[in-house]
Amino acid sequence: MKRAAFSSPWMPVLLLLPQVSIIFVFFYWPAFEALESSFYLQDPFGFTGTFVGFENYLTLFQNSEYLRISIFTLVFTVSVTFFSLAFGLLFAVKADKVIRGASTYKTLLMWVYAVAPPVAGILGVSLFYQGHGLITQLFGFFGHEFVIGVNYYDTGFALIAVSIWKQVPINFIFFLSGLQSVPRSIREAAMIDNRSSSGRFWTITFPLLAPTAFFLLITNITYAMFDTFGVIDVMLRSEPGNNPMTLTYKVYVDGFRGGDLGGSSAQSVILMLLVLALTIFQFRLIERRIHYT
Amino acid sequence: MAIVSLKALQKIYPNGFQAVHGADIEIADGEFIVLVGPSGCGKSTLLRMIAGLEEITSGDLIIGDKQVNDLDPADRDIAMVFQNYALYPHMTVYNNMAYGLRNRKNSKESIEKSVREAARLLNLEEHLDRRPSQLSGGQRQRVAMGRAIVREPALFLFDEPLSNLDAKLRNQMRIEIRKLQRQLGTTSVYVTHDQVEAMTMADRIVVLNGGNIEQIGTPDEIYHRPASVFVATFMGAPAMNLMEGKVATGGIEIDGIGLLKSDHKLDASSNVSVGVRPEKVKLTTKANGITQPFVHDFTEELGAARLVHGRLGDKPFVINLHQEDEVPTGDLYATISPDMLHLFDTATGKRLS
Repeated sequence: MKRAAFSSPWMPVLLLLPQVSIIFVFFYWPAFEALESSFYLQDPFGFTGTFVGFENYLTLFQNSEYLRISIFTLVFTVSVTFFSLAFGLLFAVKADKVIRGASTYKTLLMWVYAVAPPVAGILGVSLFYQGHGLITQLFGFFGHEFVIGVNYYDTGFALIAVSIWKQVPINFIFFLSGLQSVPRSIREAAMIDNRSSSGRFWTITFPLLAPTAFFLLITNITYAMFDTFGVIDVMLRSEPGNNPMTLTYKVYVDGFRGGDLGGSSAQSVILMLLVLALTIFQFRLIERRIHYT
Repeated sequence: MAIVSLKALQKIYPNGFQAVHGADIEIADGEFIVLVGPSGCGKSTLLRMIAGLEEITSGDLIIGDKQVNDLDPADRDIAMVFQNYALYPHMTVYNNMAYGLRNRKNSKESIEKSVREAARLLNLEEHLDRRPSQLSGGQRQRVAMGRAIVREPALFLFDEPLSNLDAKLRNQMRIEIRKLQRQLGTTSVYVTHDQVEAMTMADRIVVLNGGNIEQIGTPDEIYHRPASVFVATFMGAPAMNLMEGKVATGGIEIDGIGLLKSDHKLDASSNVSVGVRPEKVKLTTKANGITQPFVHDFTEELGAARLVHGRLGDKPFVINLHQEDEVPTGDLYATISPDMLHLFDTATGKRLS
């Protein structure tokens, strides 16, 4: 690697300063504050606090609602990640085969990506609207009375469906560009070696897409756990009460609506540890990843 | 091993571009056919049509005794070696070779046996557990060959397999491929734009130009009896000297040069192109009946030979002299013996004699 030479030792520090200060102000400082307040029981206005040690954490772990939300978050994350990846891949494979009007298809499939999460949430609300939402009617046709906001499972289903729908386009774009970077001659060699096109896909194309798929897996998990806040907030707005929500949303509900800053801080510390674990997992795997070229 | 015949094969793309105009080629069992031509001549398209990677617009393709026009590439009993090797980057050398056999549901033992045998033949035994990215260009080329060999196909197809290698390795691989093909006796079709590969490897050469077959013949026929001006100038380095002229009694009258002696039996005053290979011309200092005054411009030394560039009249003319033949000093004359002339119809470009 090339080493840059600076005339003054302060120069590199000066160049790093903007980046470091942004990270400090927007991450390290709040993170430290959260860590600190997670050990305190605070009054609703945040003026005074009593040191309670790990009590906020213990309360969380003994809380059956927190457990229920954790389980929902797990189900939510796994299904959103799996289905948005699966649909993204399916559409990419299909779009890759289209020759006539390919760019129109691609544009149409990518459009959803430009929709902001809260807007996606509003669209979701209208699709699943009680009584006459399009999807509500579809369920009604099959004899199921779909009541969003009342039935726990119906609400969960709607949250998952809208979150998947929102994430499919970005997966589609990445998978499509991954597919198009598989050299044509390799596909042709495979056509001579293997007559089954699904066989070729799973033994040749998919392994070559693995680096893309792995990258998307991590970003999708992150999306499902944290970036779905907007969708959930809009869809649950009036009545978070007994409805399913993710851990991230619970932090907001407890901290800003419930006024339990200590408990909410403890939750965000737990989430921070989760992200840390995910990051370590990602770097470990990337290190071991096979470089094909 | 099989006889392969192409009958009036045509390729017209959806946009109306006709890449191949009715190709007829009969390939004998075990024959090594080289398709050669400039880029865009349709040679790769023709090969890909045989492989099944391009649809055949019309005509018949017969491999062995089966018409295979509409069969999938995997069902045509062919194997193909690609220009950039097209190895599967995520598989080891062993798996690269075994992949096709596994898909044919061959037994594990028979796959192991064929792969080991091919690896031994190609000196790849130590590399079976490596991935393509860990191999050199020449080794990758061998793996691509191995992948073709283990299938024991009726027909080998080669799409410019050596063009990514450096000159030295190319010469070596050229000989290896030819030796291997002789040893296995598998019918082969080989595409190249390199005339040296075409001349040295082929049993028969097919020269293509603009989607048409210009000539099919042995390297000897192609070189010594080119069927058209295109073949004459495309094959051979340095290229054949070519001059325009008119038929006259006892020779060809060329503007600005005079009469070139020739014992033709052509109608007087028709337009002809006269070709003469640079190595068939001698330089002398004495004029006689079959010489033309030659103006010497400069000489290129090639080691084994020297190329003497100059002019006949006002036309550029190259003479390829053997290394022992010095360029004489004084007035120079080029000896062009009548039986060394190639005569072509100027209008059609076709050979006349």
